[in-house]
Amino acid sequence: MAKKRDLKQKISWELAPAPESTGHINLKDRYDLFINGKWVAPKKKKYFSTINPSNEKKIAEIAYADKSDVDLAVDAARKAYDGVWSKITPSERAKYIYRIARIMQERSRELAVIESLDGGKPIREARDIDIPLASNHFFYNAGWADKLEYAFPAKTAMPLGVAGQIIPWNFPLLMAAWKIAPALAAGNTVVLKPAETTSLTALKLAEIIQEAGLPPGVVNIVTGFGDTGAAIVNHPDINKVAFTGSTGVGKIIQNAISGTAKKATLELGGKSANIIFADAPIDQAIEGIVNGIFFNQGHVCCAGSRLFVQESVSDLVIKKLKERIDTLIVGDPLDKNTDIGAINSKEQLEIIKKYIKIGKEEGAEMYQTSCKIPNKGYFCAPTIFTDVAQSSRIVQEEIFGPVLTIQTFRTIDEVIQKANNTPYGLAAGVWTDKGSRIFNLTTKLRAGVVWANTYNKFDPSSPFGGYKESGFGREGGLHGLSAYVKLV
Amino acid sequence: MFLFFIYSLYLTIHNYFMTVMGMLEKKLSELGGVPTVDKVGVEERVARFKSRSIKKESKMQGLKMALNMIDLTTLEGKDSPGKVRQMCYKAAHVHDQFPGLPTVAAVCVYPSMVHVAKKALKNTNVGIASVSTAFPSGQAPQDVKIRDTKFAVDEGATEIDMVISRGKFLQGEHNFVYDEIASIKEACGKARLKVILETGELSTLDNVRLASDIAILAGADFIKTSTGKIQPAATMQVTYTMLMAIKDYYDKTGIMIGMKPAGGISNSKLALHYLIMVKEVLGEEWLTNQWFRFGASSLANDLLMQILKTETGIYQSPDYFTID
Amino acid sequence: MKRVEVQKTYKLYIGGKFPRTESGRYYKLIDNNGEMVANMCLGSRKDVRNAVVASRKAFGSWSGKTAFNRAQILYRIAEMMEGRSEQFIEELVLQGFQKSRAREEVRESIERVVYYAGWCDKYIQVLGSVNPVSSSHFNFSVHEPMGVVGIVSSENSPLLGLVSLIMPAIAGGNTCVVLTSEKLPLSSITLAEVINSSDVPGGVVNIITGKKTETLPALSSHMDVNAISSSQLSTDQKTELEKNAVSNLKRTFFYADDWHASAAQGIYYIADLQEVKTTWHPIENIGGASSSY
Repeated sequence: MAKKRDLKQKISWELAPAPESTGHINLKDRYDLFINGKWVAPKKKKYFSTINPSNEKKIAEIAYADKSDVDLAVDAARKAYDGVWSKITPSERAKYIYRIARIMQERSRELAVIESLDGGKPIREARDIDIPLASNHFFYNAGWADKLEYAFPAKTAMPLGVAGQIIPWNFPLLMAAWKIAPALAAGNTVVLKPAETTSLTALKLAEIIQEAGLPPGVVNIVTGFGDTGAAIVNHPDINKVAFTGSTGVGKIIQNAISGTAKKATLELGGKSANIIFADAPIDQAIEGIVNGIFFNQGHVCCAGSRLFVQESVSDLVIKKLKERIDTLIVGDPLDKNTDIGAINSKEQLEIIKKYIKIGKEEGAEMYQTSCKIPNKGYFCAPTIFTDVAQSSRIVQEEIFGPVLTIQTFRTIDEVIQKANNTPYGLAAGVWTDKGSRIFNLTTKLRAGVVWANTYNKFDPSSPFGGYKESGFGREGGLHGLSAYVKLV
Repeated sequence: MFLFFIYSLYLTIHNYFMTVMGMLEKKLSELGGVPTVDKVGVEERVARFKSRSIKKESKMQGLKMALNMIDLTTLEGKDSPGKVRQMCYKAAHVHDQFPGLPTVAAVCVYPSMVHVAKKALKNTNVGIASVSTAFPSGQAPQDVKIRDTKFAVDEGATEIDMVISRGKFLQGEHNFVYDEIASIKEACGKARLKVILETGELSTLDNVRLASDIAILAGADFIKTSTGKIQPAATMQVTYTMLMAIKDYYDKTGIMIGMKPAGGISNSKLALHYLIMVKEVLGEEWLTNQWFRFGASSLANDLLMQILKTETGIYQSPDYFTID
Repeated sequence: MKRVEVQKTYKLYIGGKFPRTESGRYYKLIDNNGEMVANMCLGSRKDVRNAVVASRKAFGSWSGKTAFNRAQILYRIAEMMEGRSEQFIEELVLQGFQKSRAREEVRESIERVVYYAGWCDKYIQVLGSVNPVSSSHFNFSVHEPMGVVGIVSSENSPLLGLVSLIMPAIAGGNTCVVLTSEKLPLSSITLAEVINSSDVPGGVVNIITGKKTETLPALSSHMDVNAISSSQLSTDQKTELEKNAVSNLKRTFFYADDWHASAAQGIYYIADLQEVKTTWHPIENIGGASSSY
């Protein structure tokens, strides 16, 4: 008998760092406003810094637009709408949008690296999800420009005019694409404001728009803070307000435009339920839980932040989940092996920490992975809370970070009731092997998106948006177009 | 009286079957039942392993580890003692021009070639695996399969790679499959038993999972994907499903089971992704050839080329690496 | 000698019952000749609250009915209206309509109900979609009712304006709380009687008469109302409604008051009061019959 190599001892095999190179990206030290096809310095000459949340280093200076700059942008958009964009044939519109999509694809690597640098998300997600989806949104919507008569039976779809769009920091370029692509396809012109912590990819998109030769003023990008956004919302010549962000700000916007003729779509917060039945494909459900709450550091409006597990498998699921999250790599967003990157800002990290503290004070049992966390930058280890009550604040309130609460349930009625027992209604997950149960739940769950045996999937052709306080209107798909047209 | 005799005979047989049937079912239910598997979810999980980037030292370590996990295999009708001897030499001396390389884990041959391999591998660390149970189809009576196994062990095999009866499995005769594996395990004596599920014939991942559980419960030391004679052979999806069965069994019992994907793993990058998968699913305890093997032949040279490339920075040519 | 007429009492319609207003208050409805027509309930905030509770309670079973069944029930409403058309006409005349205009209003109203009855089992087909996502998933979008809908009906079109807002709401599976015309309320209560005898479950339609200045703020700020569909509101009313609606992000809709126009009916009146729900599910073996694993 051959000698057995006795290698019972554990072999240590660590992945070496695999950083994505930043050599090929092209960033300026200072970015102005993109108005009427040109780079324009803000009137007050004020700039703010955008920093890399993974090392707290400054990346670039960004123009801080005030009301007068917004006036200029809206004016440019109005002129472009009246003069060009509403006049050219729809098929010409389509070709411009196709061009943008193509250039985004060509420059996808650069965009992915900048997205990761500026926002803290892992390069793997920026590269495999954010950037391809963003260009696909342009591709998808481009084709609608000259086919709108098929989208709305018995009606003619007319553009609304100038759309003011305010987007969040969690998916900077993707949200810009979600907003700009259907607006342009339907014949509107745009003034877009990216979030103050993540302006860079929107400004790169401005470069792409220039490169695509889009007529000046059709898309204008103004950077700044909340007051810049307010100036857009309150501008009398804006016909449409599209906002993605918190429910709190959404309500402020809705209040500001009440009594006006401005049309709005709001895509707001959530506290989505992810429901695991005993007969679920458990190992895939574990992946779904992880993908549901730890995707993009949990900075996802539809994050599956409330986990419901059927009692008979709850011990198993919690054990497997803990083991699984122990394998997640938290660290340098630019490392290709990083699963969880940096929290977007110091402010957001404080909010997450506050909720973790609340969770502990509420008596919930906390588990955090023991992964190594970089000393510099804003990081948060994946966190799960068990022993929580439906009335716990960490169960009720949106945390927008890698924090999961776990509740158990016994019957299907109980879990439907608990899942719906929230002011939000953005998304839900259902995991079971039984088809009839899936359809029962998809009908009863009051949420705009139901992922059955999967979670956090997005596609340009798939409508996305919420019930109740998660906002109104849909983005994506045929239904997303209706947000940018009036039917006559 | 005669009727009573018949009746008691019936009872004996009936009880026998009930006991056997009960055993598999009981053991499965002790494991918590057989979980369902969602194929699309498995594919997504596998894609994540494949997106791992393995660079520098970890790459070199991984390549050497993979080399050390190979069951260098020849399973052809035209195999001859000469061919087997050549392969055995290669198994123990993978590339003598480059010092410090490990040997492969074992060679894998037909029972009739075991004695050749035994002789050729004297005084080496390389194990001798033999296929058995009417490999690759498994279509033979049980006594033939047992004799086949005993012969290989008597000839000097340290490991037995058996095939399950896929026809019976697909017919739903899971107890038959369980009993057969148990009887081969008995025939193996001290040799370690690898059970080939031939996943390419099982059609669904749910079946792969069930077959894995049956094999493990019946006494398999290793579970193995394929004979290499059927397409598709090993895939990461199938291997992942089997690794989850091993993990769940370990979590319940503390008993480690080995895994051997076989067939279709011919390049280094893929092999490294398998190792990443093993590390992330089962943990680093499984990263030795005691618990993980690759059934492959051409993989060895690709690993060697990659090892030399990593060492020297120069891309290699197959002309400089012996094929046997 | 003139027979002493048995006068009709007009009450509220809440949860399938005809209660008096809990406030005990009334207002006198006077006809063109200055003669009293009826004592109308002056609905209160609490009546609105009770109606919302009844409406929420009815939502589950109404939205859960099959589309075919809802179509049958809506068609039944039309049948019952036809049978009562003389009464509707009389009441309109009593409220100052010319006979021919009254006849026209009733005829069009019945036709509108029939129109929406037909949509019940069709709008989901027309509005829904299967979405060709680029991953191995089956993805489809269907419309679902929003829930409890507040309806603020036209002041001038007391029957047609009313059914034009109620029918698309309930055809789509919503339940509703209706604030009727203050000046011309009679038709609404007769419509309630029709609805009540047409297999429409109690609570699906609730009707409150009275002053909108009093009831509308209660309705528009109610946290358990999902949407408000209205016509003929002043700019101030509209602004107030929208501001109140912010509290729970009610969806608000303001329609032109010309209910005789060709654009006064259509699938989009149903669609407005629907949420789009998109469901994803994995598909095995998208590559075809050959096993690719």
